[in-house]
Amino acid sequence: MTALLQVDGLSMRFGGLVAVDGVSFEVRLGEILGLIGPNGAGKTTVFNCISGFYRPTAGQVRLDGERLDREPGHRIARRGLVRTFQNIRLFENMTVLENLLVAQHDHLDTRLWSGLLATRRYRQRMRTALDNAVSWLETVDLAELADREAGTLSYGQRRRLEIARCMVQQPRLLLLDEPAAGLNPRETAELDALIVALRDKHGVSVLLIEHDMHLVMGVSDRIVVLDQGRVIAAGRPEQIRRDPAVIKAYLGEA
Amino acid sequence: MPDSLLQAIQQVVNGLTLGSIYALIAIGYTMVYGIIGMINFAHGEIYMIGAYLGLIAVTALVLLGIDSVWLLLPLALAFSVIVTSGYGWAMERIAYRPLRGRHRLVPLISAIGVSIFLQNYVQLTQGARDVALAQLIRGGWRLGEAGGFQVYISYVQAIIAVVAILFMTLLTLFVSRTSLGRACRATAQDRVMARLLGIDTDRVIALTFVLGAALAAAAGILVMLHYGLVNAHMGFVVGIKAFTAAVLGGIGSIPGAMLGGVLLGLAESFASAYLSTQYKDVVAFSLLVLVLLFRPTGILGRPEVEKV
Amino acid sequence: MRARLLDAGAWALLALLLAGPMAGLRLQTEGTGLTLVTQWRPLAVIVVLVFVFRLLQQTALPALTRLALPKPRLSGAGLARHPAVLGLLFAVAVIWPFFASRGAIDLATLALIYVMLGLGLNIVVGLAGLLDLGYVAFYAIGAYGFALLAQHAGIGFWLALPICGILAAISGILLGFPVLRLRGDYLAIVTLGFGEIVYLLLNNLDGLTGGPNGIGGIPKPTLFGLEFARRSADGPTFHEFFGLEFSSSHRVIFLYLLALVLVVITLAVIHRLRTMPVGRAWEALREDEIACRALGLNPTSIKLSAFALGATFAGFAGCFFAARQGFISPESFTFIESAIILVIVILGGMGSQAGIVLAAVFMTLLPELAREFDQYRMLLFGLGMVLMMIWRPQGLLPSRRPRLELRQ
Repeated sequence: MTALLQVDGLSMRFGGLVAVDGVSFEVRLGEILGLIGPNGAGKTTVFNCISGFYRPTAGQVRLDGERLDREPGHRIARRGLVRTFQNIRLFENMTVLENLLVAQHDHLDTRLWSGLLATRRYRQRMRTALDNAVSWLETVDLAELADREAGTLSYGQRRRLEIARCMVQQPRLLLLDEPAAGLNPRETAELDALIVALRDKHGVSVLLIEHDMHLVMGVSDRIVVLDQGRVIAAGRPEQIRRDPAVIKAYLGEA
Repeated sequence: MPDSLLQAIQQVVNGLTLGSIYALIAIGYTMVYGIIGMINFAHGEIYMIGAYLGLIAVTALVLLGIDSVWLLLPLALAFSVIVTSGYGWAMERIAYRPLRGRHRLVPLISAIGVSIFLQNYVQLTQGARDVALAQLIRGGWRLGEAGGFQVYISYVQAIIAVVAILFMTLLTLFVSRTSLGRACRATAQDRVMARLLGIDTDRVIALTFVLGAALAAAAGILVMLHYGLVNAHMGFVVGIKAFTAAVLGGIGSIPGAMLGGVLLGLAESFASAYLSTQYKDVVAFSLLVLVLLFRPTGILGRPEVEKV
Repeated sequence: MRARLLDAGAWALLALLLAGPMAGLRLQTEGTGLTLVTQWRPLAVIVVLVFVFRLLQQTALPALTRLALPKPRLSGAGLARHPAVLGLLFAVAVIWPFFASRGAIDLATLALIYVMLGLGLNIVVGLAGLLDLGYVAFYAIGAYGFALLAQHAGIGFWLALPICGILAAISGILLGFPVLRLRGDYLAIVTLGFGEIVYLLLNNLDGLTGGPNGIGGIPKPTLFGLEFARRSADGPTFHEFFGLEFSSSHRVIFLYLLALVLVVITLAVIHRLRTMPVGRAWEALREDEIACRALGLNPTSIKLSAFALGATFAGFAGCFFAARQGFISPESFTFIESAIILVIVILGGMGSQAGIVLAAVFMTLLPELAREFDQYRMLLFGLGMVLMMIWRPQGLLPSRRPRLELRQ
């Protein structure tokens, strides 16, 4: 299995605090990798480093061989690595559809004259983007809400919109930061199915931070466990479930 | 000593004098920014009001028959500091406190309004023209050989340095030694936590404005002594320069404001002597732009990491 | 009630103590010395006003806000859907100057200049959310650009107009590029600094800009080469060509109509931009810059585009202003101008074009209507800014964004 994302010796230091210490793992092409660990283990910090929102103090991040660790966040997103946020960041005053259009900014004709004169290329690109947006809205079951303001959506709907917004960018790797937080069991099951569908039908690899053990154990192909900024275990869900180091990290000394 | 060296020393003397003034005003900016994250655009006007009140006090005392400079200055200083602090308190209470918690540009715009209001308030009550005061304190020390260039340190310059150092020392002692000062520092670091610990953050914030105003008033009086001139619009440019000093030293850091003030004063003195007096203001503004571009945290500031 | 009176009384006392020395004692030069003149009237006015205002604030205002005032349903985006209404408004705007006094038309032209400036700054502040306190610098570049082009290269208004726009845009990019990654309030101060630097340069570079005396002899715009003068050195004049009696009102009306056309074009272009990806990117950036980065949008280039476009419109306005005045000096380009334009944008409701048109008209008319209060103009302006932030920072009119809807 080829590695899509390679993280090598990643470290992140804030002044005196070492949040992430020499973390290495890889996300293979077509796999769903779960990243778990007790609170404060550094999972979101790892995400922020990989996605370019923090500049790591040390280490390397490679997407398909290309180095990402010195790039700013927006360029990493354009390379095909997209992410969601723990506290869903939508454009509240824009409609659901507009949110998806902004996400396709790079696929549109953004030149001033093209837009002002409504050239053929401009209109074609816009048409394609709209169709793409609508198709994703249908996939995440938000099609009837296309013209609603994003701020008026329910929590579960906002989550789905955020994922759709990532997917319209046609990414290679999707980073999900606690996507099940705040969802009820039915919504979690739907999320489970959605993530699997994203991998199987839309060919995207997934790196997933989650606290919901049921979800992450069920949906992940492999799991990496972080504790206090370090990797303490990596392997298949069944192995992780029984790993004594993992159990100790979560529950303390037995 | 060669003349050119003496001339340079003169610029250092002038620069330190100017720098003390900037430092006093810069501290006000930096304290307010450190505690509520807001640029008090109207702080320059507080300095201007301090100068005017000082002049009014001196004039009144002279009319009452008090002649001795040693009595006039402390009394005028005390009067101006007290009343100007009142202006500082009122400003926070009326124009900024109701806006706390809103988007960060809202208090900034309000501050611009306060600045315009105060400038015109003074202009309407005191007239639009400069008001000049005959030199209260004349004379100074001369260093260097007669016949060549002599370094001249006026008594006023010495007083400025002494008063500035005195005020800055008092402030530093207050902030580091007293419990109220500790409360200020705690509130600056984490307002919510400070409140949870029982600190009356509203009072602490008001106190910050008052202290800043007091220092600015002192600066105003010292300037009034030195240049003998006050004008309703003198606060605008000086305010921006003092803000530059605060940013240069590291916004939020009181020692930074002092350092930045001195550095800006020196830079301006040297620029005005060796380049051109007309463009000395451009020097200050350009320095501001450059600092914000290349080192926005300033010399003594700590780089902030954006929480995602 | 008694508590409220005491409270108002306390504030009045504070006002007395603070304003007493400043407003009650006026410094007066007497010979070589200074003396103090007591003036109890301003002080009394201040104290009474403070008392009354505080009392009102505690009693009347809560009652007022409880009154459910009907929200005005006006919105530019809404208007754009009714071309008939727009057409009617335009027709009225075109016809009325033929029935109005010269002074009124002049004032209207000034208002139109402020509309353009407000719309331009709106792109930067209202749409993209960047606080630019030095916007007047681009206005100055447009004005002085035309003045210098006319002086040194004999270029007329029509050729200068696009050139000034481009000059301003380039300045916007040059300024914006290093500065736009700064945080909001730092950006504000740096742009303020830039505005001041431009003003200082205009005042001091005597050789180039004429210093405080400015530049004069700026040619007026012509209609296809027809000058609006009594006599012309080259070619026929307007009144000669159309066989009319010369009247100075011809030029006044022409300038007004020219400004009107410029404003309409500005409104149309900006409206269109808002529905284009670039306009949506501005709004997204204003809402959440971090989300933008996560979506692959480069915040710096988006801010740069807002900055440059905003500057372009200021450049156009500056060029027209110079042409209308015939003479410009640095005094028209001080920080106060930036503050006035900013207030227009805020008052109009960030983002709402209709609101800005109304706000610009209001700000231009107000000093004329309240002539007796002229000396208090700036004082009230400052006070107004503070009150606006406290009571209604979102502007006078609710703004409805032009939104994209899926036509099923």
